[in-house]
Amino acid sequence: MNSALKQQIDTLSPEEIEAIEKEASHYEVKSGASIEALKIVQEHRNWVSDDSLKAVAALLEMSPEKLEGVATFYNLIYRKPVGNKVIHYCNSVSCWMLGADNICKKISKQLGIKPGETTPDGEYTLLPVVCLGDCDHAPVMLVGDELHRDLDESKIESLFKV
Amino acid sequence: MDKPLTKNVLPDRDYASYKNYKTTGGYEGLKNAIAQSPSEVQQIVKDSGLRGRGGAGFPTGLKWSFVPMGDNAPKQKYFVINADEMEPGTFKDRLLMEKDPHQLVEGIIISSYAIQASVAYIFLRGEYYLSARRMQQAIDEAYDKGYLGKNILGSDFCLELYLHTSAGRYICGEETALLNSLEGKRANPRAKPPFPQISGLWGKPTIVNNVETACNLPHIFNYGLSWYQGLSPSGSNGTKLVGASGKVKRPGLWELPLGTPIGEIIEEYAGGMRDGLKLKGFLPGGASVDFLLPEHLDVPMDYEPIEKVGSRMGTSTMIIMDDQTCPVKMVLNLEQFFSQESCGWCTPCRDGLPWVVTLLQDLIDGRGRPEDLETLQRHTRLLGPGNTFCALAPGAMGPLQSALKYFRADFENYLEQKQAVGFN
Repeated sequence: MNSALKQQIDTLSPEEIEAIEKEASHYEVKSGASIEALKIVQEHRNWVSDDSLKAVAALLEMSPEKLEGVATFYNLIYRKPVGNKVIHYCNSVSCWMLGADNICKKISKQLGIKPGETTPDGEYTLLPVVCLGDCDHAPVMLVGDELHRDLDESKIESLFKV
Repeated sequence: MDKPLTKNVLPDRDYASYKNYKTTGGYEGLKNAIAQSPSEVQQIVKDSGLRGRGGAGFPTGLKWSFVPMGDNAPKQKYFVINADEMEPGTFKDRLLMEKDPHQLVEGIIISSYAIQASVAYIFLRGEYYLSARRMQQAIDEAYDKGYLGKNILGSDFCLELYLHTSAGRYICGEETALLNSLEGKRANPRAKPPFPQISGLWGKPTIVNNVETACNLPHIFNYGLSWYQGLSPSGSNGTKLVGASGKVKRPGLWELPLGTPIGEIIEEYAGGMRDGLKLKGFLPGGASVDFLLPEHLDVPMDYEPIEKVGSRMGTSTMIIMDDQTCPVKMVLNLEQFFSQESCGWCTPCRDGLPWVVTLLQDLIDGRGRPEDLETLQRHTRLLGPGNTFCALAPGAMGPLQSALKYFRADFENYLEQKQAVGFN
């Protein structure tokens, strides 16, 4: 491996490299782990910067351009900084019928951010998401990796106290 | 036992542990399967009449039978579980993975044995965090107990099973897009043929099955064919997870014999409509099927009967539309979803779906033109079967074409009154 690539890879922490190598061992070719690798970087750094992207590409022996194509394809890979927790409110059909629009408005009001924005303290980013597969408890949302179901305005108020 | 898939789903317990699963006959089906030859196992699944539970309903045994077998077959084959449950209104595979993870693991081992795959993956959607934890734990336990890894149950059969968590795109549920995604690429569908059974993951023979499909297998091999065939009163065999969401009194998910009348599911299991609301229409299974009407309540929840009345059973989780929900706005919500989730690979889908969204939004905002309904109608043909790479756009046209047929007055009201008429 040439030293420029080695230098790029070394911008990742040993923990990140170890976790990515473990995932890569599950596939015929290393680039099979591209999505998992980007998610591992996000776990450590919250988002995927240009430098991280280049480092992961070098580690997985693929071109940065190809990895960028992957990174920008998937909804849960962030190429811009996001808050500590991303709020994903479901806006698909069952949640929509049961008031997802009002849930979004209420979250916006409580936190002072519109969908796509991050609170000034860096705690939350608000994003819509497609069906979370919990339609008998609509409306629902994810806060980080925690699912909140049967939402109403008072639940939003107590979750996100002003 | 009439509810094999959910027999371990108990209201007073979080999920079935390895011990819970074992004590109710867990891994007995695997023992029976592995004692027979792979071709015998395939034949039993063919005879069982099991059809894919992901939406398309292709016979599982037949799907497997296209995989090259025997000494001249490629050494490396793959078995993949499609756990990318993202069809709007669908919430059945989540239950199976969260509540009884070992059932899926056992189903995967039996399936992999049948096609002699040496590596299997669970392709799980990224947002199912709890499913991921439960499945990983079950996989680790299965390795620990000798159900995965080298020489399973003392046989020659070896299998590695990995959990792959995705990062959120609906198109990954399409079989060939899923394979591209699993290879670490953008999830664009592939041209067929070649079919994955011959050339799938990294060009190797690959079977992709839905979670619920695989969960049927431990029971078929534990309790036998005649028991399985006796589960359903209709021509189809086995049970089905059926659900209802929307403004019914008790939205939920139930395991019922295939062929249970739709009206019975809505009235008896979901408790009927909320007070003051009437049933206006429903999507029988997810978002990419045609609407049906109250006059279709006698239709059994089963593959053929629903096709006969112009829709599809799909995922059999019904989205119920009440008389206070505007069908035009509901279709807009669905088409916004499909438009956003189009992978952009082929033109009718990439360009057609945003145009459908624009026309519907214009109509709702009072900017509709009389010819727009004709344009929408034309899109249902242009984006229909045969004109696109995969089933996303044809699926998206299901609710649109049926709404234009059944709820035409609501579309025309927007043209004439420039606003919704008759809705809260």
